[in-house]
Amino acid sequence: MRSERAGLGLRIAAAGGLLYLHLPIAFILLYAFTTEDKSYQFPPPGLTLKWFAVAWNRQDIWDALWLSVEVALVATALAILLGTLAAAALWRARFFGRDAITLLIVLPIALPGIITGIALRSTFGLLDIPFSFWTIVTGHATFCIVVVYNNAIARLRRTSPSLLEAAMDLGADGFQTFRWVLLPNLATALLAGGMLAFALSFDEVIVTTFTAGQQTTLPIWMLSELVRPRQRPVTNVVAVFVIAVTFLPILLAYRLTRGTESMHGTGK
Amino acid sequence: MSTATSAFPLATPGAGRLRRLSTFLWRHSRLFTLLLLLPPLLWLGIVYLGSLLALLAHSFFRLDSFTGQIVYEFTLATWYELLSQPANLDIIRRTAGMAAAVTLACGLIGFPIAYYAARFSTPRGKALFYLGVMLPLWSSYLVRVYAWKLILAKEGVISWAAERTGTSWLLDALLSLPVVGGPSLSISYIGMFLVFTYIWLPYMILPTQAALERVPPSLLEAAADCGARPRQTFRYVVLPLAFPGIVAGSIFTFSLTLGDYIIPYIIGTSKLFLGQAVYIHQGTAGNVPLAAAFSVVPIVIMAVYLAVARRLGAFDAL
Amino acid sequence: MEGAVTVGVAAPSPSIRGRRAAMAEPAVRFLGVHRHFGEVRAVDGVDLEIAPGEFFSMLGPSGSGKTTCLRLIAGFEEPDAGEIHLLGRPMRGVPPYERRVNTVFQDYALFPHMNVLDNVGFGLRVKRVPRAERIRKAEAALALVKLAGLEDRRPAQLSGGQRQRVALARALVNEPEVLLLDEPLGALDLKLRQEMQSELKGLQRELGITFVYVTHDQEEALGMSDRVAVFNRGRIEQIGTPPEIYEHPRTAFVAGFVGISNIVDAEAAVRFTGERRPFSLRPERILLDPPAGAVDIETRGRITDIQYHGASTRLRLVLSDGLELVVERPNTEGTDGALAPGREIRLGWRRDAMRPLRETGR
Repeated sequence: MRSERAGLGLRIAAAGGLLYLHLPIAFILLYAFTTEDKSYQFPPPGLTLKWFAVAWNRQDIWDALWLSVEVALVATALAILLGTLAAAALWRARFFGRDAITLLIVLPIALPGIITGIALRSTFGLLDIPFSFWTIVTGHATFCIVVVYNNAIARLRRTSPSLLEAAMDLGADGFQTFRWVLLPNLATALLAGGMLAFALSFDEVIVTTFTAGQQTTLPIWMLSELVRPRQRPVTNVVAVFVIAVTFLPILLAYRLTRGTESMHGTGK
Repeated sequence: MSTATSAFPLATPGAGRLRRLSTFLWRHSRLFTLLLLLPPLLWLGIVYLGSLLALLAHSFFRLDSFTGQIVYEFTLATWYELLSQPANLDIIRRTAGMAAAVTLACGLIGFPIAYYAARFSTPRGKALFYLGVMLPLWSSYLVRVYAWKLILAKEGVISWAAERTGTSWLLDALLSLPVVGGPSLSISYIGMFLVFTYIWLPYMILPTQAALERVPPSLLEAAADCGARPRQTFRYVVLPLAFPGIVAGSIFTFSLTLGDYIIPYIIGTSKLFLGQAVYIHQGTAGNVPLAAAFSVVPIVIMAVYLAVARRLGAFDAL
Repeated sequence: MEGAVTVGVAAPSPSIRGRRAAMAEPAVRFLGVHRHFGEVRAVDGVDLEIAPGEFFSMLGPSGSGKTTCLRLIAGFEEPDAGEIHLLGRPMRGVPPYERRVNTVFQDYALFPHMNVLDNVGFGLRVKRVPRAERIRKAEAALALVKLAGLEDRRPAQLSGGQRQRVALARALVNEPEVLLLDEPLGALDLKLRQEMQSELKGLQRELGITFVYVTHDQEEALGMSDRVAVFNRGRIEQIGTPPEIYEHPRTAFVAGFVGISNIVDAEAAVRFTGERRPFSLRPERILLDPPAGAVDIETRGRITDIQYHGASTRLRLVLSDGLELVVERPNTEGTDGALAPGREIRLGWRRDAMRPLRETGR
């Protein structure tokens, strides 16, 4: 089928669709350099680099950034732990209720984020738990588990069961088998899952609005700037930065799992 | 049992506690599975499922409108309030309508991309295509919404382009349409529709492409061999086989549109969408019971949708 | 093969040989072993004893339970009923890593993230053997299987035959009491397979280790083994030396699975043996145009089909009473055109070529 040529219409449709997916990002970049900060005038009346300096000196941006990074790191660590355990348990075991557990793992991203958000919010309210760093982490870890789980279980499924049997056959107990055989085979999948979980958490806004209280993560900062703009180009500078921060782990994750398992099937 | 037994096995002298623990777990493999499963299960079961149930429970409480306190008694009053007020039903209808429109558009725009990527590109091209779809999927949601705010603004790119090409009259005509129009693209259903479609499009492309990849080329050759013209092959072979993938993609686009509140919040009119209703009722109004009832609505809609999708075989394509 | 190396690697030390002689315990013993997977009775009441130093094959079609038996010995499965003893010691509850048996897996199961040397040294590493000794032993084992010089390769960079040898070295370096081989040659092409067969047999003789060899290839089993167990539907149909199995099959299944056989049912048998009992008759035991006195039983048949096989020619004949027989005729004097479908021919066989079969009413 490779020899078949795509019709012109199809090629235009495909190219147009891809352009639609990517062009908007270019405008973000462009507007980070505009001299106009009161409106979104196009084309920009002039170009300047000063907004990068302004953003650099804004303490509120730095605070939001660190909070986001800390939350993403802790949530990712939790997700790697819980996601790997779940994958290891569900990989070969067959028991009643297995499908229900799989569903439970996928549910936090299958249902709209707002439901996860309000559910956690009402529980915190019910139990009188004050909003804190940990309430944000709780929400993020919950929907990050599935990302790690998906990557880990895809890798495990491609791992021949006889590999683990061979290790035990050669005298390795369960812990040695894990340390010397299973973990090295899983490592890149876990790393990829972790990268994606980080990107997902770093960028998350919907659940966070319900679990952050007065705290400001970077996406929350951006949201408030979108609703009540102050210095629009500064928001663009931050947006460019966020894109850079999320693109890198995604590209790395892609490299780590290339040709082996897919990253999709994981909605936000 | 003396020399023989002690001499034979265990060339690996029992290396202490870890090994004994390992052996214990090996003998009780079900216990081991349970132990592995326990932490994630406790987390998801208590934190997540518990919260969902608490949410559901809330929808059967009510807000005392005088004191502003939640009355923790079983009542259907909140549900009655939700379903009896036309404004609330409008919100549900509006959101579901938008979700359907967005899903349809995603299918129409996404299919050519998926088809092209699955059938025609080289391995290298395929990798680029994949990344081209993956990157928007995983990159910042908020930033991408923001990009459209720039594009759709009254003084933004689209207006400028319309002016330059002399098609401003067309844009004005669009915006003056009843219901879907508005003062500018960034405050209209048209704009909201564009942004929704843009944001969720990758979720439609990927499952569709995966389904198309699984159609073996020999099948198309067989169809051609039987005398089917390309159009007929597409209609009777490719499309039916890709359909579960499209349905799988539509699950995402539909569900995500139902629950989103950021896009209607940033780009859109003052008319509420489901997500916004939830957000507003739990926030400023403090009416958590009504917010809870509202948030059960998309769950119910999605449950029905998933049941239908299952019948259409979409789960095999996920 | 370098004698010094083999002693250092895997040849049992004199003390082990001595102990083995002293103990009359079989290396492997199955006592009424059952293993069921749901409704499927993979192993359905197996009893057997394998002597130390024996080359023992488990032969049977796929799904006959032979591989499950191997996995039961290795400890990957536990019997639902019955007991398995290794050198007299009951193995219930003993995990694979506490059993002194090693396995050569069908798919080799080499660790993809380790090079050849680390693969072979794995068993020693987890037993905390010092590094220098580990490397020395691993290298010796690799020399034993003629793979010296490939230590740094990854499994992905090896050919199928080389992988097979690495898997073998990896198992042997642990000096197992019993070596389990699960269709180890199945993935190799014919030439390589035949080469490996004689090498394996040589290794086994040299090291004196008990080999339990699972295969569905009857030629492999007959050619290498001291004894063969023929499996069918989770049970052992017959255990014996290769000549016993081939020449004295006890059931129709064994007669049909091991080699080709004419199985004559009880009705038809009466005419030849005077007994209402089915028998097996090997095609090569039937002579065409037999000289006077060479056979005990003579009859006539019509040729219905001829297949030329190079070293021999296989003919299908139908007797006057409708009984069909397959005859294998060695092409010792070249082929003669006299044999053609439709021709009537004299045939016969000696009385002892007819092997009575047990009725298998299962």
